[in-house]
Amino acid sequence: MNQGDVVLRAVDVSKTYGVTRALKGVNFEVRAGKVTVLFGENGAGKSTLMKILSGVEQPSGGHLVLHGRPVEIRTTNDAVDLGIAIIHQELNLAPNLSVRDNVFIGRELLTRAGTVDRRCEDEITAELMARLEEDIHPSTPVGDLRLGQQQLVEIARALAADARILIMDEPTSALSHSEVQVLFKVVADLTTHGVAIVYISHHLEEAIEIADHAVVFRDGELVAQRDAEGLDMDWVVRSMVGRAAEYDFRDEQREHGDVALSIQDVRVVDTSAGGRLAVDGVSIDVRAGEVVCLYGLMGAGRTELMEALSGRDQVASGRVLLHGVDLKGRSIGERIERGIGLVPEDRQRDGLVQLMSVGANLSLASLLGSIKRLLVSKKAETASIEREIEDVKVKTAGPGAPITSLSGGNQQKVVIGKMLLTDPTVLLLDEPTRGIDVGAKGEIFSLLFREARRGLAVLYVTSEVGEALTASHRIVVMAKGKVVAELDPRTTTRQEIMSASEGTVEASGSTTSSPDSSPIGATS
Amino acid sequence: MTETSARAQPTARTRKPVNLNALLVEGRALVALVVIIAVFAVLSDNYLRPENLIIMTRHVAMNAILAIGMLLVILNGGIDLSVGSTVGLTGVIAGYLLKGYEMPFTALIAYPPVWVVIIVSLAIGSLVGLINGLLVSRLKIAPFIATLGMLYVARGIALLITDGETFTRLSGDPQLGNTGFLTVLASQPLGIPFPIWVMVVFALAFSLVLTRTAFGRWLYATGGNSRAAELSGVPVKKVQTWVYVASGFCAGAVGLLLTADLPAATPQGGSLSELNAIAAVVIGGAALSGGRGTVRGTIIGAFVIGFLVDGLVIIGVSTFWQQVIKGAVIIIAVGIDQVQQMLTARSAIKKAQVKTPLKTPEAVGAGA
Repeated sequence: MNQGDVVLRAVDVSKTYGVTRALKGVNFEVRAGKVTVLFGENGAGKSTLMKILSGVEQPSGGHLVLHGRPVEIRTTNDAVDLGIAIIHQELNLAPNLSVRDNVFIGRELLTRAGTVDRRCEDEITAELMARLEEDIHPSTPVGDLRLGQQQLVEIARALAADARILIMDEPTSALSHSEVQVLFKVVADLTTHGVAIVYISHHLEEAIEIADHAVVFRDGELVAQRDAEGLDMDWVVRSMVGRAAEYDFRDEQREHGDVALSIQDVRVVDTSAGGRLAVDGVSIDVRAGEVVCLYGLMGAGRTELMEALSGRDQVASGRVLLHGVDLKGRSIGERIERGIGLVPEDRQRDGLVQLMSVGANLSLASLLGSIKRLLVSKKAETASIEREIEDVKVKTAGPGAPITSLSGGNQQKVVIGKMLLTDPTVLLLDEPTRGIDVGAKGEIFSLLFREARRGLAVLYVTSEVGEALTASHRIVVMAKGKVVAELDPRTTTRQEIMSASEGTVEASGSTTSSPDSSPIGATS
Repeated sequence: MTETSARAQPTARTRKPVNLNALLVEGRALVALVVIIAVFAVLSDNYLRPENLIIMTRHVAMNAILAIGMLLVILNGGIDLSVGSTVGLTGVIAGYLLKGYEMPFTALIAYPPVWVVIIVSLAIGSLVGLINGLLVSRLKIAPFIATLGMLYVARGIALLITDGETFTRLSGDPQLGNTGFLTVLASQPLGIPFPIWVMVVFALAFSLVLTRTAFGRWLYATGGNSRAAELSGVPVKKVQTWVYVASGFCAGAVGLLLTADLPAATPQGGSLSELNAIAAVVIGGAALSGGRGTVRGTIIGAFVIGFLVDGLVIIGVSTFWQQVIKGAVIIIAVGIDQVQQMLTARSAIKKAQVKTPLKTPEAVGAGA
């Protein structure tokens, strides 16, 4: 296999945020015409390195060499001028602007008169959409597109820059299987034209499929690398965690208590999509001590169901009973007081108050429990905070440390710990392991099963089949707002779960997903 | 991304770095205050005389009380433009009640006692705040718009009540049993004017509310991330409503103090004072986006503005130049904050660069 020329090299690059060293002197190479895949848990330093390569961040130490010459990349525009483009993990789109405007934002094509050359931009955008096999008109507002399509617009923007080095940081998180395959075709096409690709994905199988060269990061250091030959899941996972990261809770005890949460024929209206039913007649019972996994694709209505259960959204019809008591009309606070709380999907947006300390975040939901004569008792509060830090094993410099100083996994433990401090009997979790490394995932599930053994009823949402199979007592599959299957993790298979989630109610045979299987409607 | 290393001793009291940063932000306001005092002390012999300091502090007190209410609103991520009008409205209502008002459908004129006057005025101020709060929290009207509307409504009502006149009969009549308004509100216990005492009490009380009560924590949480606060069971709408009530209450108190201070109840009282209050809060280190700010900083901010303006008056700077200088000081004070934050970030990077060892990792086959 031809090695390809090294086009970009990071020499001894380090990066420090406050007291945290995100990168510790990394040497890293990008080769022309090759796909270099970065593996590593969250917080391993992959995204930091990519931000440095693309001019978003400046290295604290070390330097970059482009085509054999040292370069300084001060801004993202510098990077684009040097032929380096990045597709960010988070979408950076203006939803109020059209696809065309987003593709050319900051690099508008001008006519001779100095106005924006819309016709030319439209043509190029249309070409890019055709290349990505998406039937999207250039003047469609981005806000009208579903998440997967928005991600493709983000990709189109990077393609429009005509970069020689293209960095893709989790480009497929919202894409359906068929869209991923189209993206891979585009990547293959780019590499034959000599474009260097740097690819990051938590979807290991997918990343292994596309890799020419694999690099593994751990704790801010580059710990292993190899070519595609002999690259397999086992090697990747072993290198990533430095140990086998196995968790399997299938053998957990299965004698559950009474029904703690009873969801009966619940319907939830998606107000952002013109009265469409996001949840359409869902009934699920969860017993004390039971861990139920709610599996489904994006847009299946899982998040909407969770938010309705938590009290944030309204239940249009049907009943939600907590230990036999109807929760109708109860506020979020009242529900938490009665013992049901939600750990939301988006930690940063819904889970944490970034300006507050670790301790203040932990005690936020249970503050009323520490009140003595109208005032918050420092002693009582600190005691419960310290107990919880110990209990959910948050790695932190102390309760007073800023919440932003923690890694993703530890931040998630804080959000979960915050709800556990309210002494819930039912805990709802929406994608509790999203953006968290393998090690922390195992810890979080251990925690949930430990609480379940103490009688907590757990209902959590996941998009990962592996999780559903290994970390639940029961799997409920949702598609298009309905429950389409209830499966036993001990007897079901990957295929069965996935084909059920495609929405064809008879979950039989075919595991290949058709374009129709992609999430439908807005998933905002 | 940011793994804090395991040298963690969970019980370690590592509060210092956080507070240090907050102190720096407030410190700059304090530095500004010291500079202002120093400059005017040089320019004017009278500036540092105790009588003058007391007079200036009395002026500061009114703005500081308004600013404390404004701080709560700003911590919530809102803004209250109606406080100046509320000052005028409550002052006028106090004046109207003291003057004696005709009971509807009778020929009787009522002279409520002073404590009733005070309670009614504070209640009216709080009511204006409550309307603001409900408009913002329940109807989801942007705070800027809702309180801009109330700015006009409250001022209009004040003008309607007085028909544009100014009430000056505020001392009451012993025979009617409504004396005491001026003797209390314009008194000087221990030689310190009453408004200063009110400022101290408000500062201590609201400081306690912000730092030690669940409401205070909820306020910082909703200002910092209202979605996260909501999902934690924080009654975000109630918190949002109550900050405006608090602001209206503070404006009511200032309305009373101003009326006693003049002594006259004028419908134009408190005009534009909302802007001074906002300036004090901002100079005191609060973030307009919410979630960051302290009572202490806000009080210092009020002193910066008050001592500056009075100093300019004393040395005889024209009112036109006063405006220019005041505006410039606000911008400079907040600009320094930004520069300071950038410098802190840069010095952190510098420090880190020194610390980073230059050894390469034990990478497997790294480098080509």
